[in-house]
Amino acid sequence: MTAMQKLLQLPVSAVNMVKTVQSQVQGHEEDKSPVLTPDGGQQTWYSALRPDELRHLRSGSSSAGGGGGGGCGGDGGRDQEERAPLEEGGGGNGSSQSQPLRHDDLKEMLDSNKDSLKLEAMKRIVAMIARGKNASDLFPAVVKNVACKNIEVKKLVYVYLVRYAEEQQDLALLSISTFQRGLKDPNQLIRASALRVLSSIRVTIIVPIMMLAIKEAASDMSPYVRKTAAHAIPKLYSLDPDQKDQLIEVIEKLLADKTTLVAGSVVMAFEEVCPERIDLIHKNYRKLCNLLIDVEEWGQVVIINMLTRYARTQFLNPNINESLLEEGGSGDKTFYGSDGNDDDDEDEEDKEKKAEAAALAKRKPYVMDPDHRLLLRNTKPLLQSRNAAVVMAVAQLYFHLAPKAEVGVIAKALVRLLRSHSEVQYVVLQNVATMTIKRRGMFEPYLKSFYIRSTDPTQIKILKLEVLTNLANETNISTILREFQTYIKSVDKDFVAATIQAIGRCATNIGEVRDTCLNGLVQLLSNRDELVVAESVVVIKKLLQMQPEKHSDIIKHMAKLTDNIQVPMARASILWLIGEYCEHVPKIAPDVLRKMAKSFTNEEDIVKLQILNLAAKLYLTNSKQTKLLTQYVLNLAKYDQNYDIRDRARFIRQLIVPTEKSGALSKYAKKLFLALKPAPVLESPFKDRDHFQLGSLSHLLNAKAGGYQELPDWPEAAPDPSVRNVEVPEWTKCSSREKRKEKKVEKPFYSDSEGESGPTESADSESYSSSGSDSASASAESGSGSQSEESEDASDSEEEEEEEDKKKVWKKEFKKLAQGSESEQSSESDERKRARKSKQQKSESESETDGDEESDSESSQSESDDSESEVDVKNKKAVQSKAPSKPVIKETKKEKKEMSLLDLDDFEPAPSPQVTPVNSFLSSSLVTDLEGLSLSDSVLSPAAISPSGTQKCYELLHRISGEGLSVEYCFSRQPFGPDANMVAVQMHFANSAATDAKNLHMEDVKLQSGMRVTDFPEIELLPAGETTTAVMGIDFCDSTQAANFQLCTHSRKFFVSIQPPVGELMKPVFMTENEFKKEQGQLMGMNEITEKLTLDVKCRNEHAIVQRVSAAANLSRVPCGSDKECRFAGRTVSGGSLVLVTVATEEDGSARLTLNCEKMVIGTMLVKDVLLALTQ
Amino acid sequence: MIHSLFLINYTGDIFLEKHWKSVINRSVCDYFFEAKEKALEPENVPPILQTPHHYLINIYRGKLFFLAVIQTEVPPLFVIEFLHKVADTLQDYFGDCSEGVIKDNLVTVYEILEEMLDNGFPLATESNVLQEMIRPPTILRSVVNTLTGGSNVGDTLPTGQLSNIPWRRAGVKYTNNEAYFDVIEEIDAILDKSGSTVFAEIQGVIEACVRLTGMPDLTLSFMNPRLLDDVSFHPCVRFKRWESERVLSFIPPDGNFTLMTYHVSSQNLVAIPVYVKQNISFMETGSCGRLDITIGPKQTMGKTVEGLLVTIHMPKAVLSANLTATQGNYTYDLATKVLVWDVGKLNPQKLPNLRGSLSVQSGAPKPEENPSLNIDMKIQQLAISGLKVNRLDMYGEKYKPFKGVKYLTRAGKFQCVLMFTKSVLGSLVPGGLTHPTEGEPCIRADLDGGRLSFPHRLLHGLH
Repeated sequence: MTAMQKLLQLPVSAVNMVKTVQSQVQGHEEDKSPVLTPDGGQQTWYSALRPDELRHLRSGSSSAGGGGGGGCGGDGGRDQEERAPLEEGGGGNGSSQSQPLRHDDLKEMLDSNKDSLKLEAMKRIVAMIARGKNASDLFPAVVKNVACKNIEVKKLVYVYLVRYAEEQQDLALLSISTFQRGLKDPNQLIRASALRVLSSIRVTIIVPIMMLAIKEAASDMSPYVRKTAAHAIPKLYSLDPDQKDQLIEVIEKLLADKTTLVAGSVVMAFEEVCPERIDLIHKNYRKLCNLLIDVEEWGQVVIINMLTRYARTQFLNPNINESLLEEGGSGDKTFYGSDGNDDDDEDEEDKEKKAEAAALAKRKPYVMDPDHRLLLRNTKPLLQSRNAAVVMAVAQLYFHLAPKAEVGVIAKALVRLLRSHSEVQYVVLQNVATMTIKRRGMFEPYLKSFYIRSTDPTQIKILKLEVLTNLANETNISTILREFQTYIKSVDKDFVAATIQAIGRCATNIGEVRDTCLNGLVQLLSNRDELVVAESVVVIKKLLQMQPEKHSDIIKHMAKLTDNIQVPMARASILWLIGEYCEHVPKIAPDVLRKMAKSFTNEEDIVKLQILNLAAKLYLTNSKQTKLLTQYVLNLAKYDQNYDIRDRARFIRQLIVPTEKSGALSKYAKKLFLALKPAPVLESPFKDRDHFQLGSLSHLLNAKAGGYQELPDWPEAAPDPSVRNVEVPEWTKCSSREKRKEKKVEKPFYSDSEGESGPTESADSESYSSSGSDSASASAESGSGSQSEESEDASDSEEEEEEEDKKKVWKKEFKKLAQGSESEQSSESDERKRARKSKQQKSESESETDGDEESDSESSQSESDDSESEVDVKNKKAVQSKAPSKPVIKETKKEKKEMSLLDLDDFEPAPSPQVTPVNSFLSSSLVTDLEGLSLSDSVLSPAAISPSGTQKCYELLHRISGEGLSVEYCFSRQPFGPDANMVAVQMHFANSAATDAKNLHMEDVKLQSGMRVTDFPEIELLPAGETTTAVMGIDFCDSTQAANFQLCTHSRKFFVSIQPPVGELMKPVFMTENEFKKEQGQLMGMNEITEKLTLDVKCRNEHAIVQRVSAAANLSRVPCGSDKECRFAGRTVSGGSLVLVTVATEEDGSARLTLNCEKMVIGTMLVKDVLLALTQ
Repeated sequence: MIHSLFLINYTGDIFLEKHWKSVINRSVCDYFFEAKEKALEPENVPPILQTPHHYLINIYRGKLFFLAVIQTEVPPLFVIEFLHKVADTLQDYFGDCSEGVIKDNLVTVYEILEEMLDNGFPLATESNVLQEMIRPPTILRSVVNTLTGGSNVGDTLPTGQLSNIPWRRAGVKYTNNEAYFDVIEEIDAILDKSGSTVFAEIQGVIEACVRLTGMPDLTLSFMNPRLLDDVSFHPCVRFKRWESERVLSFIPPDGNFTLMTYHVSSQNLVAIPVYVKQNISFMETGSCGRLDITIGPKQTMGKTVEGLLVTIHMPKAVLSANLTATQGNYTYDLATKVLVWDVGKLNPQKLPNLRGSLSVQSGAPKPEENPSLNIDMKIQQLAISGLKVNRLDMYGEKYKPFKGVKYLTRAGKFQCVLMFTKSVLGSLVPGGLTHPTEGEPCIRADLDGGRLSFPHRLLHGLH
């Protein structure tokens, strides 16, 4: 429009303005009556509007008076626009007579041929809709304008249609043809908007039309139209679920779309229509992973949530090995009872299965599916998203899918969200609370971020408190309690009560501070605020139930409180305590009853019930003093107004006072009343919430919401991964991969019989060649991200190598085909090392399992050794160094005490430093150097007791995630030179990448408070294909908390963590039998743990026991007069607490394990480990 | 997904409703009103409520409740983030997100909501795209619209959705090309009585205002990017370049936007610009107490601390305050028991001090709650973490833009814990200490070590 035209239009709007102002004056007068008559919810609505209305009225009239000049007109015009809805608002609900009148006005405007009038009318109508007013009677007038040329009017008509089409179906059909025309429009935006509105009209009759439109739009050229089609799918589905099959076809088609614009919307449609059709995702999985970062935020959330579910059905649990092998790692959790039950059950149920799996795991390290890795890698950058929902989605994905060591990365991002709006905080804290129960270590470095501010809303405070309580452990408890102490003085009483309960929970969970907490709570009993006192009483009651005998003075103190405290719950708690432990306070209890009897009639019901309880218990224990009192109380209760109390009194009287009528039950009265009550378990309300997918509404409500998709459990065996290959896979590929999988599973069972291993090998070698080429072709096909190709290749080739290595090992060990294997083996140094390593593992496991055959196989081995070439000698070295040791042990056993005593005396206090590092790790040259030494030196023989050979290696960085660099670590069990409080950790680096790794060093060490680390010296250069070792020291503070740090090369950083098994946290200490007995005598009671066990069949001789115990823990043997008992002693490395272990065996294979240690946590965990070692 | 949205004002009136699927009666909000009644404070209303047939998710922004109704499983944060996005968008459009403004622009708001969601799933939430479809009101345009009878609805169709860069609209033209970046840092800290830091971290944000013609590709680099501990970006930032080179490379949206937020947490990096010396005590008997607060500069890097404002929430029993301030003035609100001391500029030569007596309700017992002291302040031209922008380069366009960077530090949640009574839970912490005394900030570190013993000299530290 030109300026001229605009001016020409002025009179129209001016006239219009005057008109509306007039009508509004009327309208306002009419409105008065409905305002005055009380009219339900609308009443407030009017009164809230009144001032506005008046204001508009005033300004409107003034502008009308001014004649609608330029500037003024602007003002007035805007007013008009706003005024209209207000007026309609009044009219819509006002008297019925005025309504048609005013709507006539609107209809008139809509019928006019001036777009400006139509627009004005539509605006007023839309404003009515926005306010929730009924405008349905305008439908015929509005729908006529659907074909209006003016795009602004059109838009508003669309808005109206979408809102009212459902109510006026017949009339709505009039508009359909317009949309059908719109779907053919050359402009993509018009096509999209036509589809959008068409699909929003909820009229069943047009379902076929919609279906057709969606199908057409799904193959539209424009991605925007395709996106709209994806949005339309759930709309149609909710309108007519019968269309599901056809819609799934459309979804399948759209899922294959390669544009980021469509991805989010179509996954949304997938989730709403057919979330169970997980098979539709296979082919699009890699594409979705790679596109993810470019999808808009909302789409990212939906896709990530869907992929979490997908991954749970398609990949193997990455933590399966860790959870089996590092039982000690989860031990600290079980100690606190958070998920102890589960573990125990599992232990018993699947013990055999686990043993098998553990054996399997030892031989076959878990290899992550490259697709699984792809998902983890591509979602990680999204932790940096500005959108909290995306961050949460990634966090839950990591929590549910990532290997334990990698989950930590999400903590920082989640903590960042705590700075966001309080609603976001609320949701995030709920999720963090659930996570802290399972993975406490993850959030421990961020403890202070959960400190509570006085300005936080109460619900946030209570959630933070929950997190702090979950994070509490023996190292940080003092800090946390200090924080709690300030909270107790808060003004917010709900929060104070929650704090007291939190203290109670800390006290039950952490034995060390139980007494301090208890004392603190007792002091709170003298607080002025009654609520605080009451809450404390309740919590103290729970705590006392755990060890009542120690705390009779507290019970006495609480007995005194009955005079002052008025809160019924607290009074009842005190009375229950006194009754329950009346034997500990024999003098006071009857007196309390006397006082209570006096005030009985004035008490609250719950207090009365407890008085009855107290009376009954006292009558049973101390009837002489309390007989009359009890009778009195029972009589009072007999006439109480509350039937509950009358019933209770009648029941108790029958039970405790023996009469002729009372039956046999009264004999058991004492047992009934004074039975030992189990202490209550103070649990987090967030326990077990993680069976809901984190971040979901269901998790938050702890109840299944409608449409919630369960997070499936990990599969036992991974489904065929080739389904994700994008191009049609050749059948050979599938079969070869399947074959390999089978083989993996079966291998351990074959290992004993050489006859069977032959055929499998040959089958293998075939499959390798084919799979090798397949993987190459597969990676070429995927073509989307170069990284994914690499990883895929790497893993494949690695698997191959491993298999090959094993093959060789078998050949050598069982067939002794020295010549043949030699020629095969002369490939790479890298491979050789692997071979050696795996062989050693093999030999270890062998020696563990078939103890009887040992000597035979060893002797035959040593014979064959001579015939083997030099390389083989090197490789066999580790086995040999152990081989001679065993006969010696047997000798010592035969010669009994004298000999072994002498040996141990000489050896144990200072294990020779050269021996222990000779693990599988040293480079081959060093091994040869040491060879003579180890073979000739007879001092080495007791090395079997400090089992250097049986050390476990743990993976720190896998080759794939390390991009060629692999790092393993083991606990060398040597004193760490620079600091005696540190545990020496030996790290073995192997660079299998094509490029050199430079400047290997540590950075950004994240530790639990108190822990310290001495970095290993920087490794300047690790050439490709080379290996090296380094030693670092960690002071774990006698806890099994992981030390997290970054391992840096010149180009990359890797997050890694080292978690010690509890057995490595101690150093051997030498003591005599007498000393041992003396120390043991001082560590009785709570410091002693005794377990009964049945020894494993292969572990019934002394030697086996010694070997297994010392494999499980770094302890030294203590000489002992009886051959039925084995004793071990050590001190924790950091704290120097004494650890004493005794294993007493019986004839029938059962045994008793006693452990004395002043650190209860260490003790409990160690007992678990030792038990496991002896029974498996 | 999101079914309906209700906007509710502070007093509990629904003044706008929008349904993306079939209509849900507004009576569903009654559950919310019930919860609101119960919560007393609007901040304490649970964000997520469960009703027999629906779930209600609400946020509280600018005295308004945004209440979304949903029917099936959806990540709660998804809805919450969306609601905040709605509030942000409205703020963007109208400069304010209040009841009055929304009522004044009801139709525009309704149209925006219509565009933002389709069938309850977000469609266009980028403000660049939205502004192309529905033009924000300006004074000039409202004048023109009145004259022509036009509206704010765009008459050309948007193209933004179709470009590869969804956050930037196409065809941007300016006569003055300029790019401004504000580096704003907030210090969150908890100080204990002695002034030593219990907890401190810096939350930083870089707000950008970019008005550049065409499709500029910007690269912003820092002098010391390693400072940043944790970052989150606007989707326009290329994450891979940040990972490898620590530079921000992006094609900016047009207009104002938040480029990145970051976090600096290492305690030793966080400089605390002021210290507070305070002493507050109440007589065991009688009805008076004493208050003495001094504020001084600590690590201000040579800049002046401005806009200093101290807020103290007094215990309920405190009736009135009779104080003298050497600088600025104070007010004590009897109803809310909040003492506000507006200090203004901090003069290092003459430290501001507030002292005097407090009168306590007679007969009331000595207050036990801790009053908390919150500090508000501003330091111009300083990023307290030491972060510095190195340079800004533009690629892809020929002209030379005007570039500017501004720094600002202010207090975020800056809180001091006041302690005036003897610890009630004295023996809760092993060793019986409540808080370390002045000059010994290392105690906390000692404690962290898990060793439960205390240095002996500390045993006198009780107040």
